[in-house]
Amino acid sequence: MEAKSSQLPDSRGYFGQFGGTFVPERLMPALDELEQAFNQASADSDFQREFQELCRNYIGRPTPLYPAQRLAARMDGAAILLKREDLAHTGAHKINNALGQGLLAKRMGKNRIVAETGAGQHGVAVATVCAMLGLNCIIYMGEEDVRRQATNALRMKLLGAEVRPVASGSRTLKDAINETIRDWVTNVRDTYYLLGSVVGPHPYPTMVRHFQSVIGQETREQVTAMYHRLPDYLVACVGGGSNAMGLFHPFFDDRDVKFIGVEAAGKGLDTGKHAASLSAGRVGVLHGARSYLLQDSHGQIAETLSIAAGLDYPGVGPEHSYYKETGRATYMAVTDSQALEGFKLLCQTEGIIPALESSHAIYYAARLAASLPREQIIVVNLSGRGDKDLDIVSRALEMKP
Amino acid sequence: MSDIESVFKPGYKALVAYLTAGYPDIAATEKAAAILSDNGCDIIELGIPFSDPLADGATIQKASYQALQQGVTPGTCLELAVRLRQKMATPLVFMTYYNPVLSFGLEAFCQASARAGVSGLIVPDLPPEEGAKLETAAQRHSLDLIYLLTPASTEKRISMVARRSRGFIYLVSLTGVTGARDALPAELEDFVGRVRKKARQPLCVGFGISTPEQAKRVARVADGVIVGSRLIQLLGEDATLSSLKAFISGLRSALNT
Repeated sequence: MEAKSSQLPDSRGYFGQFGGTFVPERLMPALDELEQAFNQASADSDFQREFQELCRNYIGRPTPLYPAQRLAARMDGAAILLKREDLAHTGAHKINNALGQGLLAKRMGKNRIVAETGAGQHGVAVATVCAMLGLNCIIYMGEEDVRRQATNALRMKLLGAEVRPVASGSRTLKDAINETIRDWVTNVRDTYYLLGSVVGPHPYPTMVRHFQSVIGQETREQVTAMYHRLPDYLVACVGGGSNAMGLFHPFFDDRDVKFIGVEAAGKGLDTGKHAASLSAGRVGVLHGARSYLLQDSHGQIAETLSIAAGLDYPGVGPEHSYYKETGRATYMAVTDSQALEGFKLLCQTEGIIPALESSHAIYYAARLAASLPREQIIVVNLSGRGDKDLDIVSRALEMKP
Repeated sequence: MSDIESVFKPGYKALVAYLTAGYPDIAATEKAAAILSDNGCDIIELGIPFSDPLADGATIQKASYQALQQGVTPGTCLELAVRLRQKMATPLVFMTYYNPVLSFGLEAFCQASARAGVSGLIVPDLPPEEGAKLETAAQRHSLDLIYLLTPASTEKRISMVARRSRGFIYLVSLTGVTGARDALPAELEDFVGRVRKKARQPLCVGFGISTPEQAKRVARVADGVIVGSRLIQLLGEDATLSSLKAFISGLRSALNT
């Protein structure tokens, strides 16, 4: 029998066989300290109140749940509701977790914050929260990502963060995480690692899920107010998987609500140039947790490829691996060119420019809607806005100004 | 008594040397290991390169990357171990990250390592909390699974590692990743003393040691000294390996006086 959501993870940070704490010895006391601080904070009503107030006044929550009627009409099928995380301050869901953990770091007396970033959305969110809370901020970003997401690197600098480009490995998100972990190991006494997804060693997957669950909680209230029932499908893109987990988790025990995670199929799953860990990987250990992983036959981590920098990661959160194994969620994969179609579709039918990450979910949800009767309801997490992607998209579509 | 334990004798300070297998290439690793063994090293750690070595500093990261570029695999490292053991009695220890071991299969990896004449394993991203399965497989094949401690490890963690580490305990001298440092932390002696109270295994100190003076200071309190990044630097700088030889002989004589 499957566990109830409240029972996961277990005391060792496992979701079934996934999760755990595979980290150098130096980090074990720090993770214990973090877990205690997080447990105390989540039981403290003052902390919760401060988080909720800032969610409202600073982030602009609740974000709307918008019925995309022209998109649904185009698909001629199920209703499509967009959870507008793109309207959150800084333009993506990443700010929810950055705010929660930023408040926690401050409470723990750690004034130096380090974080990794891929697309730059998490980096911008962390830099933003650090500016607002008066914390020092260092962001590690792969050189390749600094190049393809130059605007976000500039935004971080404007917000007072130091951006350190990472030149090792594939020079993308996984290498930025390696470098952030090395910094944390070295400076752990005064440094807080503000990890941006539901990945990493325990308690990160649980903690990030906690702060992102505001997405699913609001969705539940909003969809119930509109339709007097729960949705049939929840659809979200999955790189590490934080926006998907934030949407899914509050519905875990509602077995009629189906979860669909959409991974990046890059150039296609059969080309080997993709980032679909759940669809095409096997179980391994990376960045502190046991989970599905893209790796070669010798256990070396594979290089990944996606048009969306935020999905360009060879691992995935352990709880998603658990959902896959138990069948609680289904994971699909959408290629770069399909994501671009999803991008154009939302621009043209709804006047919303989605992030390339979210465009993967849009594409899949639109196709799903077309296959379903009109009474069905699909909620799509529109996890971020696409301004950051205009260069990439205009080049891919060979557009001229 | 295991091959590793038998290295440690009263009044003698052990010298443990790390080489990334395949840096700058497999032939050089093989030659370097022989030089280390002939010039006073008691245990050789062979690093099986991993794509994402998050406990390592820039020197070993670069060496691992270069080794992987040349196609080094766990299989290559096992073959290297076989050849080395034919030539020398110096015990070999594999040092690698958990994923390559997991991918090989815990049981299969331990069996293959033991057959290749390897005596122990060090896995820096595997704390005792996650190590039970590998420990069982290692014990079945008489391999010592060596755990690490750092100056920040709590008394509880020190007791846990003292109960479970085999061969020796790897004491990380400083907070951080591997790499040569100018100075060792002041709390080092204190740290070794705290572990000594709880552990009966030999204690070896590594991370950051790059001069005979540092080695000497460590040896006053520990049973062995581990060097790694400095050796990799020397291998990169001088292909004739004469600097490597001079360096290791210098460490040996510092430890003997």
